[in-house]
Amino acid sequence: MSRLQYILKRILQMIPVLLVVTILVFSIVHLIPGEPARLILGDKATPAAVAALTEKLGLNEPLPTQYFLFLKQVLTLDLGTSFKNNLPVADLLAVRFPVTLALTLLSTLISVLISLPLGYFAGTHKDRLGDQVVRTASLVAISMPSFWVGLLLMILFAIKLKWLPAGGWDNTSLWGEFKCLILPAVTQSLMTTALLVRNTRNSVVDITRMDYVDFARSKGISDGQVRSRHVMRNSMISTVTLLSMRMAGTLGGSVIIETVFSIPGIGKLASDAIFGRDYAVVQSVVLLFAVMVLVINLITDILYSLLDPRVSL
Amino acid sequence: MKRYNGASPLQKRSRIPGFLAKPSLVVGTVIVVLVVIMAIFPQFIAPYDPIETNTLIQNAAPSAEHIFGTDFYGRDVFSRVVWGARIDLLIGVLGTVVPFFIGGIIGLLAGYYGGVLDSILMRVTDVMMAFPFTILVITIMAILGKGTMNLFIALWLVGWMSYAKLVRSEVLVLKDSEFIQAARVAGFSDARILFRHLLPNVISSAVVFAASDVVMCMLTGASMSFLGLGVQPPTPEWGSILNEGRNFITFAWWTTFFPGLFLAISGVGFSLLGDGLTDFLRTKGR
Amino acid sequence: MSSVEKKLLEVKDLSVQFPGKYETVQAVDGVSFDIYEGETFGLVGESGCGKSQTMRSILGLLKAPGRVSGGEILYKGQDITKMNQRELRKVRGREISIIFQEPMTSLNPVLKIKTQIYEAFEGAFITEKDKDGKEVKRKMTKAEKHRAALELLKLVGIPSPETRLEEYPHQFSGGMRQRAMIAIALGARPKLLLADEPTTALDVTIQDQIMKLLNRLKDELGMSIILVTHDLGVIAQMCDRVAVMYAGQIVEMTDTVTLFAHPRHPYTYGLMGSLPNEDTAGGTLEAIGGAPPNLANLPEGCPFAPRCKYACDVCHEKRPDIVEVEPGHFARCHRLDVTSEFQGLISPEAAAKAKEQEVEPNE
Repeated sequence: MSRLQYILKRILQMIPVLLVVTILVFSIVHLIPGEPARLILGDKATPAAVAALTEKLGLNEPLPTQYFLFLKQVLTLDLGTSFKNNLPVADLLAVRFPVTLALTLLSTLISVLISLPLGYFAGTHKDRLGDQVVRTASLVAISMPSFWVGLLLMILFAIKLKWLPAGGWDNTSLWGEFKCLILPAVTQSLMTTALLVRNTRNSVVDITRMDYVDFARSKGISDGQVRSRHVMRNSMISTVTLLSMRMAGTLGGSVIIETVFSIPGIGKLASDAIFGRDYAVVQSVVLLFAVMVLVINLITDILYSLLDPRVSL
Repeated sequence: MKRYNGASPLQKRSRIPGFLAKPSLVVGTVIVVLVVIMAIFPQFIAPYDPIETNTLIQNAAPSAEHIFGTDFYGRDVFSRVVWGARIDLLIGVLGTVVPFFIGGIIGLLAGYYGGVLDSILMRVTDVMMAFPFTILVITIMAILGKGTMNLFIALWLVGWMSYAKLVRSEVLVLKDSEFIQAARVAGFSDARILFRHLLPNVISSAVVFAASDVVMCMLTGASMSFLGLGVQPPTPEWGSILNEGRNFITFAWWTTFFPGLFLAISGVGFSLLGDGLTDFLRTKGR
Repeated sequence: MSSVEKKLLEVKDLSVQFPGKYETVQAVDGVSFDIYEGETFGLVGESGCGKSQTMRSILGLLKAPGRVSGGEILYKGQDITKMNQRELRKVRGREISIIFQEPMTSLNPVLKIKTQIYEAFEGAFITEKDKDGKEVKRKMTKAEKHRAALELLKLVGIPSPETRLEEYPHQFSGGMRQRAMIAIALGARPKLLLADEPTTALDVTIQDQIMKLLNRLKDELGMSIILVTHDLGVIAQMCDRVAVMYAGQIVEMTDTVTLFAHPRHPYTYGLMGSLPNEDTAGGTLEAIGGAPPNLANLPEGCPFAPRCKYACDVCHEKRPDIVEVEPGHFARCHRLDVTSEFQGLISPEAAAKAKEQEVEPNE
């Protein structure tokens, strides 16, 4: 099977999962006690508006009909209107999504840049002092609440040292936006970095024990070549798996981090919507998160098939 | 080099009590025991009532009377942090133990019998895995509403899946093994095979996972309370104390610092304990 | 082997230790032997007797925390144990190569066979004359590597090498992987090949093919081979000279014919007992009972004494030294008086005849 066919097959396999996801998202407003149209429109909506939406969503129709209406709207990107600020939800997401994407990518980048060298170092110095320090540090990092670390960083770098903004969003320039993302991204990356350091360390330990590394060395190639072509290349397989799992975790964590730092991404949008009982937004954000996770999984599978020839397409 | 089967260097190590051989395990146990003591006997440790307010000493800095200072309502932060241990520990333990049993049993049955139950389990987990963990919990909280009980329900609804998948995959490996087949040939009842023969052999990886899951649950519970969705003030809980103090961090850092510190230390304690347990089970399994 | 032949490698009093937290394992303990050009030298013993560690130390490939704790390994007069990484690289592949026991784990699963063979050419330079007639060395081009790789695969008997080059190790059978490993090891035309139980993981018919291949390549390329095995049958088939190792020491060393005709160490004698005894010339031979000793905690006397039925008091008290019992035949035993009565698997007359025959083609 060619790679393209494999990708197509994986996309087709995603469809049933996506359908069930939409059913779950659809049921959110139906599981909450109260009239769905009123939940979506908010407490202050006029009875006329409620009636209009009830009509539009077919809320008097049987549930399957309602679901198909919902599905149709989702597919046409008609995600409803946020009653909070009267904006179409699709427009809100379009503005907010890039922020969360930037935050996720930046924090993942930080994690990779820190953890791969550190993990390699610990793995090649197994059980020595450096390894023990790295391992203890990552264990501590894994056990820390991110919102607390975020607040501590904020106290130190924003309030005491005044190097970086304490939160909020400066969209006057790209640099301003970047500065606002640094502390949240560092906070966000903590858990991933710690997990990735452990993972890299363990896989380096395992791989350097393998005969093929010794055999590569016996050919008289340089240590650098052994390291990059045999050790790091092979440890990338588990790195990719872990990273994709952590990307999903990072996306979920954005709800908390964006709230701590008041970053206008979809995470903050989600928590605001839940508190404001803005269910049209809640539904769309949850759906968006699920789609993102599925896309990440797809990319992971493709990367995986590129990295490990043993994976049959 | 292949080691001999005789007395190996590894065996010699085990003559030292395994417990003392690992300092991290000792530290972890000490921390966890202290947290448990705090959770059981807060009234003997906390000098003040954790809920009673006193507007005269709002946001007072740490001092001899109030070693962690006071919060916006003049409550003693140390006392609130001590009392908070109870609910946070409960979140960690109940958030793990209940899914452990529910998921374990589902995984056992699904793995052993296969069929419809197994298909349903796999499809459900496939779909649930499409949501980031936090989003799943937060959405369930959004449907159920705020509150401690709803937090527990959300953690349970989400948590059982990992255990079910773990146990299921172990059962799948073991169910065709000779000793299970022997038990079947011997005419033992399914219940006996499941609980007497399979369970003890598949449980250890779930136990290992549970050890780290306690930390995950504590952190998730605290994050939800931090967001204002879980434990509601004035009930003392570390995440919610932090949330209350967050508005004043520019001048009263202590209200955010100390509850977070306790949460972090407890997390480290459980992680160390979990790591030690993992090592122990792994060496025992050999 | 006559002493006129040139020594390629001299291992002198080599010791290898694995320091641990609680005790140190003495994996190799004062091993000495020489390798001559063009010979196949066998190293035989049970697993864990230190033979693999001896091999690995020759290429500086001991696994952590193992280290050479004494002795020297002279290759063409230079001590390998004192070389830095740079100098070691020049020896590895180009002068000495190794093939491992497990073809399944010795090739990198995620790299094409091509890539792994090309690596072997890192050290192989092409010498050309430039326009002034001066000799210059240069690295191989990609096309040259490709051609050389094809040749290598043909040399080791891998069919349809063109397609095989583009494949990954998991697409190869065990025997084919071992052939690929041999091809890689030979890539830079080494003078000495270390074969560390190259056929243990393969089934019997493939074993035989690989051994024949090694024999053929040795003659074609004029290499020496050190063959590590626990199988005396393989030794008989392949080797000119043999050293028997026990508990990190060489307990007996001589030419193959003598070893099979007059073993002088009870351990060697015991090993022969564990062979299928179709050619048994002497009386009943028995396999050795018991298990090898713990290398971290050796008994005071001869390490073999607890398993030796000829052991007397002195064996349990004092370690025997290695003695040259006759020219070129060394044994490490207190009971040489008893062991002189041993009758090997070949009768003395057959041995004498075999030696005569062996000398001729060499001369």
